[in-house]
Amino acid sequence: MKDLLSNLSKNEILLGNEAIVRGALEAGVQFVSTYPGTPASEIGNNFYQIAKKAGIYFEFSTNEKVALEAAIGASFCGLKCLVAMKNFGINVASDSLLPFLYTGSKGPTVLVVADDPSCHSSAQSEENSRAFSYLAHIPTLEPSDSQECKDFVKLAFQISAKFKTPIMIRTTTRVAHQKMPVQLGLVKYPKPFKAKFVKNPKRFVTIAPRVLEMHQELLEKIAAMSNYIEKSAVNKIINVKWQTSQKNPTPNIKMGIMTSGVAFLHTIEAMKMLNINAPVLKLGFFYPLPEAKIKKFIKPLKKLFIVEELDPYLEKEVERIAKSVNPKLQIFGKSVIAQAGELNPDIVAFGLAKALGKNYRQAFVEPSKKITHLPRFCTGWPTCPYWKLFAAVKQAAPKDAIFGGDIGCYMLAAFPPHSLYDFLLSMGSGAGIAHGVCKALQKSVPQDNQPKQKVIAFVGDSTFLHSGIPALINAVYNQAGLLLIILDNQITAMTGHQPNPASGKNSLGEDNIPLKLENIVRALNVKNVAVIDQEENYNQLVATIKEFLNSGETSVIIARRICGLLAKKQKA
Amino acid sequence: MNKTFNMIIAGVGGQGLITLLDIIACAAFWQGFDVKTSELHGLSQRGGSVNVHIRFGKKSCSAQQKDTFCSTAVYAPIVPKGKADLILALEFQESLNALVFANAYTFFVINNYQTPTLGESVSYQEVESEIKKITEKIFTLPFSQHCQQKLQNDIPAGIAMLGFAVQKGLLAPITKEALEYAIQEVIAPKHYELNKQAFQLGISLGVQ
Repeated sequence: MKDLLSNLSKNEILLGNEAIVRGALEAGVQFVSTYPGTPASEIGNNFYQIAKKAGIYFEFSTNEKVALEAAIGASFCGLKCLVAMKNFGINVASDSLLPFLYTGSKGPTVLVVADDPSCHSSAQSEENSRAFSYLAHIPTLEPSDSQECKDFVKLAFQISAKFKTPIMIRTTTRVAHQKMPVQLGLVKYPKPFKAKFVKNPKRFVTIAPRVLEMHQELLEKIAAMSNYIEKSAVNKIINVKWQTSQKNPTPNIKMGIMTSGVAFLHTIEAMKMLNINAPVLKLGFFYPLPEAKIKKFIKPLKKLFIVEELDPYLEKEVERIAKSVNPKLQIFGKSVIAQAGELNPDIVAFGLAKALGKNYRQAFVEPSKKITHLPRFCTGWPTCPYWKLFAAVKQAAPKDAIFGGDIGCYMLAAFPPHSLYDFLLSMGSGAGIAHGVCKALQKSVPQDNQPKQKVIAFVGDSTFLHSGIPALINAVYNQAGLLLIILDNQITAMTGHQPNPASGKNSLGEDNIPLKLENIVRALNVKNVAVIDQEENYNQLVATIKEFLNSGETSVIIARRICGLLAKKQKA
Repeated sequence: MNKTFNMIIAGVGGQGLITLLDIIACAAFWQGFDVKTSELHGLSQRGGSVNVHIRFGKKSCSAQQKDTFCSTAVYAPIVPKGKADLILALEFQESLNALVFANAYTFFVINNYQTPTLGESVSYQEVESEIKKITEKIFTLPFSQHCQQKLQNDIPAGIAMLGFAVQKGLLAPITKEALEYAIQEVIAPKHYELNKQAFQLGISLGVQ
């Protein structure tokens, strides 16, 4: 891991996420909270390494909503705050995000959200978190590369300080996990910080009827930002001209291109491939948009090509804006590039050619044979404890049992050789949905004289603490009769071994009293509770699964065995 | 160098693809090139198919004018299809997943090493005949086996492939010296000696 606190060199190859950390350090960040999730995980991992040395407060919070709330509290005390999460994290955090825009930030606050078009490391959905820019009215910047990751985070802290509003930085996998040489500024740590909570209920308490005034104030604040946004250098018109070595560039085509984020880089590459000279409006701000600049840009054009990944938000906005200044403008967006899946230079080149009415010949060959190595549980010794766990489940459970998955390494049991799950949706949802299945089957009239199917849900230690507990409370209280197996490998494993309250380490790496999950489970009135090491007591695990399933009660087995990779790391 | 150099490393998660990417990026940067890379983390780390992209080129055109873009510079972090100069396949079946990036001039350096897929598998002969539909420039050696025999450890097979590629001139304009420097920069001190030896082993395999 790079030493992001050092001031040794002026240029350093940085990962997008490292550049975000560096930008925050150069801006003098004081308080950082996160919940790990790819492709945002390295932000937290880097702060985990350096926070103590730098004197920054850092925590892996129990979930993204709690992480945001921690930052809101620190911002109310005047601290400079950064919160980082993956796309689905903002769904969880949104309940507190919306009112935070009403109160505004006191200490400058930046929220980093990393989307994952093409779902390289995400289950559940191909989310476009830009929807939250509109929903929460949160000003949003979209960097294209590592340099912009660093620069935009610094800029976001400045804007947040100026307008007293949190700012969102939205990245995608190809930005967060891109590397390039980045020009560095200076960092100065450790730095003592002064925090003070000054009471101001008019500002910090969102309650009717005041909350309605706050809504109006927020809208006025966003409108007041427009002057600043129009002048901002991060929204720029670039007249892309290829150097003369390229022959016969397309003459005056009266076409312009509008884009943002990593799509900008794909666009330049596509223009190179097709040898197209054209003006490009590169947007740094996704929300609010620089409408006057867009009007000026599109007014003289015949055609506009909009390059954006996933949903056509820019396209819809520009269709609206064009009505007043250039109603005849031909707009090409999702009609020529796909809405699902990430973009790349080839997809953009095909779209660009279509918009121009040109032919673009495919210069590559798709192989007639393809193979896929599916991800699976780690092998080697000490081995992944999930091999034994799922073997026991398969041995003990009736053939028609229903299996509910959740988010973590154990998702991989959806693939062969296990092919286990009957449903798998979002963080903490396994037990919640299993409960609904149980109740529906309980209420059903008997069919074909078959006994009721058994329902088993799985959840990891970190996911259980993140959002599994409310689902288990609900299942116990409403007498679902499901079996929940908590896979306690004592770490948040899939995202790279971040500690959680069950790990016995705090977020600064110091020893802590590990939270015993069985104490929580018993306090929820679960009667059948067993803690079993699946490697040491395999037969006992098989017997207990059978016993608990037959009891008809909502039961919990905590399969406690350390992650094999972590055990290896600790030995080394 | 009058074009961008494009490279793909294909393999399965856990084979050290990102370490190789870091070494090549560091070497290219050390030699004064502009570099962009793209990698994947998370799910794909757990033994799944994965490929990473490395591109480097001249920083800017010689007579830089405002808004003038240079065809030798690197913009996107992803290699366009059919534009790879070099493809390293750390597992031979994974060559197929990188084939869309190849053209008639693309070099393949392939580790004759197989990881089961838990599904359909293909033989090396099938892989080779697929590649030969596009390019004849294939070097296939059992790098993992060589490393196991000579170094009693097959983990640094990718580093040996790097040594082999640079010896064969496939990484031009990247030099041996730049890679040696980069290995020292990127690899943790306790693993450095093993990786240095693997690099030398690759070079000697390239001489033969």
